[in-house]
Amino acid sequence: MELPDLAPLWLTLRLAFVTMVVLLVIGTPIAWWLAFTKSRIKPAVEAMTALPLVLPPTVLGFYLLVMLSPGSLVGGAWFDLTGTTLTFSFLGLIVGSVIYSLPFTVQPLQAAFESVGHGPLEAAATLRAGPLDRFRSVAAPMAARGFLTAAVLSFAHTVGEFGVVLMLGGNIPGKTKVISIAIYEHVETINYADAHALSAIMLAFSFLTLLFVYSVIRRFPVATG
Amino acid sequence: MLKVNVSLAFADFKLEVVQDFSLSGITAIFGRSGSGKSTLLRVVAGLEKRAKGNVALDGEAWQNGSVLVPPERRGVGYVFQDTRLFPHLSVSGNLKFAAKRAPKAGGPQFEEVVEALDLSPLLSRSSDALSGGEKQRVAIGRALLSKPRLLLMDEPLAALDEARKAEILPCLERLRDQGTIPVLYVSHAMAEVARLATNIVVMEAGRVLRAGEASTMLADTEAASLFGLREAGAVMNARVSAHEADGLTLLATSAGPLLLPRVNAAVGARLRVRIHAHEVILSREKPVGLSALNILPAIVTELRLGDGPGALVQLQVGDDLVLARITRRSVQALQLGVGKTCFAILKSVAVARDDVGTAAGDWRSSG
Repeated sequence: MELPDLAPLWLTLRLAFVTMVVLLVIGTPIAWWLAFTKSRIKPAVEAMTALPLVLPPTVLGFYLLVMLSPGSLVGGAWFDLTGTTLTFSFLGLIVGSVIYSLPFTVQPLQAAFESVGHGPLEAAATLRAGPLDRFRSVAAPMAARGFLTAAVLSFAHTVGEFGVVLMLGGNIPGKTKVISIAIYEHVETINYADAHALSAIMLAFSFLTLLFVYSVIRRFPVATG
Repeated sequence: MLKVNVSLAFADFKLEVVQDFSLSGITAIFGRSGSGKSTLLRVVAGLEKRAKGNVALDGEAWQNGSVLVPPERRGVGYVFQDTRLFPHLSVSGNLKFAAKRAPKAGGPQFEEVVEALDLSPLLSRSSDALSGGEKQRVAIGRALLSKPRLLLMDEPLAALDEARKAEILPCLERLRDQGTIPVLYVSHAMAEVARLATNIVVMEAGRVLRAGEASTMLADTEAASLFGLREAGAVMNARVSAHEADGLTLLATSAGPLLLPRVNAAVGARLRVRIHAHEVILSREKPVGLSALNILPAIVTELRLGDGPGALVQLQVGDDLVLARITRRSVQALQLGVGKTCFAILKSVAVARDDVGTAAGDWRSSG
């Protein structure tokens, strides 16, 4: 059997990796805030970050398309600044994926920070550790399993993205044609052999990811607070 | 001197404390659970950011209208009831966490603390794999290694059984006797307070009710009702004079000899013995033909009649003050009054082993 064009696979992995990194950077402070805030707007922020879980990806994609198109405020400003568009570009896909996979980073991290709790952090403060020191040397290592879960899940979830990409990125080979789009196209053009091959890759990848989550991460040596 | 003038309101409770703590040795903060002891400690540590008012140590403002020094810059050590060891670090990792961030100069060295608390067999262990008593020893060691200016201890023994307490109490006594780090010690266990405290602060419903030097406070008839009548009892200072052949230990006090079932202390050692108020019998005449071994001459210094049939009598016994709880009827029958002489008969069970503590080096001598 001839191998299908694997470019969409590499593009997908690249997108998922960059998205994961961006999400860990911006998801950590959001999760930290949600875990420890006593603010009354916490439920609203929680609902906002969980929206991508329930919203049809096409809805998310549609709004992003409207928001990021050069005619809009955000997309227009970006175009003026860089001369490129966010829609139908790899960068636009990253923006979309970050929003799409946000709950998969925030929720495990929030749970991990909540299980660390105030106790060890207060103890660290009385041992002369400042806020950053407390995060680096107490909260982060105690929440290591949460970080690993967040990284794996946001990576995997981005790999499985379809609707947002379709709306926002279209189907540009090497730029926005990710694996799920490629499969869709193969089916549309009745190229079942390639659709089979790519689908099998996706199936195996997804299973292995979940296997990793349920076996390795569960046994990851992190004690409870 | 720690000056505290703070208030902190919760939904169902308000802490309002205006108190100067002299900070010599161990200052016990005593009160029922829910009286605000732990909250006060948290305010002193800077862990309650909503607290309003002033906190200052030796003239240095930790908190006032414009300043709120964060806990990590106060230099307080905190021993939590639930230890709060870092589960991702070994015992030695926990200790080094503190040592690494402590000021370089002065204070106890790593080896000294490990030695004093007998931690060397535990160093490589995971902090999760320790018993309750071991965890608490590590927590105390960790707090000491941060070289605090003030050590705050929140019921460090409350979760431990008697045997584990017995492991740790001598360590706390040594700490008190070295006198280098002042301690605020929260407890609701009278036996611990009587054994350890240099000064006692009694709290109720978020306020300080009474405060004073331990031996005075423990013999205070008014404070006795706060301690609980079953728990009320003063301490006497004694020195071991001999271990007798029949298993008794002879102690010398300023009022005369006391005999106790063998006390595990060397001849010459200073001790504090605790005498429960309800274990003291009074007699106007020197009793003869009595099985009780310990009879000391006393002068009534205060009489406080209770609401019920009971009365508390404060007695000067040598240099020490002792409390006796008797009935009002006996007060009348014996015609007791301030200034009257009598004899205090201490039932020998009164000087219970658990309540025998080693006294501070600077504790005033019993002569």
